[in-house]
Amino acid sequence: MTEAPTLVSSRLQSQGPIPVLELENVTKSYGTDPPIPALQGVSFSIGSGELVAVVGPSGSGKSTLLHLIGTLERPTSGRVAITGLDAAELEDRELAAVRATRIGFVFQQFFLAEHATILDNVADGLLYAGFPATERRVQAASALTAVGLGARLKARPPQLSGGERQRVAIARALVGAPAIVLADEPTGNLDSATGEQIMALIEELNGNGATIVVITHEHAIAARCPRRIQLLDGRVISDTLA
Amino acid sequence: MQPELASARLSLPDLARVASVGLRTRRLRAALSALGIAIGVAAIVAVLGLSSSSQAGLLAEIDRLGTNLLTVTNGQTLFGQTAELPLAAPGMIRRIGPVTQVQYTGSTSANVYRSPYIPAVETNGLAVDAASLGLPRAVGTSPAQGRYLNAATQHEPVAVLGAQAASLLGIDRVYPGERICITGTGAQGTAGSSSASSACDGMWFYLAGILKPAVLASEIDDSVLVGFPAAKRWLGFDGHPTEIYVRSITSETAAVQTVLAATSDPEAPNDVNVSQPSTALTARADAQGALNSLFLGLGAVSLLVGAVGVANIMLIGVLERRSEIGLRRSLGATKGQIRTQFLSEAILLAVIGGAAGVAAGAISTIVYASTKHWTAVIPASAWAGGLAAAVLIGAISGLLPAIRAARLSPTEALRTV
Repeated sequence: MTEAPTLVSSRLQSQGPIPVLELENVTKSYGTDPPIPALQGVSFSIGSGELVAVVGPSGSGKSTLLHLIGTLERPTSGRVAITGLDAAELEDRELAAVRATRIGFVFQQFFLAEHATILDNVADGLLYAGFPATERRVQAASALTAVGLGARLKARPPQLSGGERQRVAIARALVGAPAIVLADEPTGNLDSATGEQIMALIEELNGNGATIVVITHEHAIAARCPRRIQLLDGRVISDTLA
Repeated sequence: MQPELASARLSLPDLARVASVGLRTRRLRAALSALGIAIGVAAIVAVLGLSSSSQAGLLAEIDRLGTNLLTVTNGQTLFGQTAELPLAAPGMIRRIGPVTQVQYTGSTSANVYRSPYIPAVETNGLAVDAASLGLPRAVGTSPAQGRYLNAATQHEPVAVLGAQAASLLGIDRVYPGERICITGTGAQGTAGSSSASSACDGMWFYLAGILKPAVLASEIDDSVLVGFPAAKRWLGFDGHPTEIYVRSITSETAAVQTVLAATSDPEAPNDVNVSQPSTALTARADAQGALNSLFLGLGAVSLLVGAVGVANIMLIGVLERRSEIGLRRSLGATKGQIRTQFLSEAILLAVIGGAAGVAAGAISTIVYASTKHWTAVIPASAWAGGLAAAVLIGAISGLLPAIRAARLSPTEALRTV
């Protein structure tokens, strides 16, 4: 497989463990005439095992940042690297493989297949990672157990509450132990008590070693994360470690 | 460590599961869009199946009746007059080595009526023919009711009806003493002295039997047959045969055919027509396919409409399932995998329709063939072609939706809820 030539040099320079996520001077503009900047000169890096909140009002560039980190889009300029792999150096197929094996997504709207059992929903998190079907189910069962739904593997999403559905979505992101989990407004569709439980789960999973980035506009949610990156108008205005 | 970034290929069961998601979750819609293709394929399979079955039925019938029958008929002279076969023709033909049977009929100018009350002009176009005694076996028929003429009854006023003649006369069974009235040159008097009913203008003939349809010699179906001696005695018949039926050893039939004209009438072989009825029927069986093109065309139109339906449903499906597409991309699906998923779904939909169509076409062929006592024949080209057409239609109609689904940017797909 093709390997980014920059990877070797950056590893030699940093000497330490490779950060899970690196952004260097990342800019993203939409449109051409004139280009409208969504992100300008964003740089930060996230190490293994961190729990980070990216917080900012709507229009601050959170979603764009999520898409760039998730390799769903490419930056206009700058460097995005996942586990040391420079997204710019990878072909679309290779980016898909990065998403399949190294990135987990949690969406505000859950995006669960309603006709399938939650076990199959979670197992589909590994569908494109090349695991055989039985292996996918074994891992899915253990991921569901980790989010507290181990007793309801055969349930279907319509039978579950909103909080339980989000737990299923989190299990789907976690299955296969990706290097980084991106949670986009994970509590956005939930009431505050349920949102509280989801955040507690995220903290617990982080305590077990998962690297999680929570994108949110709620400062109360962000306050629960040890590290907070504040965005405003496409720029990082603060990066604080509690 | 070198990172391995090979995007995984979906296994066939996984692909089948992914491709059937849309069909399993929207069953009614899938069924309706498959219906158009099913109707088209069913029409094509049924048309080809029915024509093959009827052809097979006819060929089996011809085979059963034998292809070794030749007929000799009187033709026309050089001057356009009806020629006459020599009285000795049957005897001469019998001397040809490979010939096994020679039977013959002779036309009389008599007409036949159910009763004297029928107006003379209503002849029903029925012919009264003198017939030799072994005729039914030679032309592949036998009495459906009663019996055929024999050495005794051929001298008496006794008649046997062809199948069509019986139905035109309105006679469907034979009972003792049943008579028909035959009028013609020299036909005078009554059959038997006990005739108390109204006077027949010609001659009462007792009915001996009714023949089954003679497929190889359909002219016999329209005829009322009487014995040669009886025809000469009461109907003014001159004794010249007009149609001679010749059976020969099958392998020698062609050779017999070449000498038949000269043998029948050595003086004027050109005035004699020789034909092989089975070849004419075989040609008819082959020609039956010609009518099919209309129905095949209708089936093709139905398939086209079905294809448009599938394309339409798939396009709508792509629009509706944007979030699913976005999710799959974020789970690591490549553009190619999304394209394959939707293309497979369209093909699956069309194949389900095609399979249902093949089944429906086959069942209707089998049912219809069984009512006609044919062997049901569904040519491989019909069912394989129907399925192949369905696959092709699925691929073509699914191509555009699949390309659209693959081109959808994942972020855009995720944004829409």
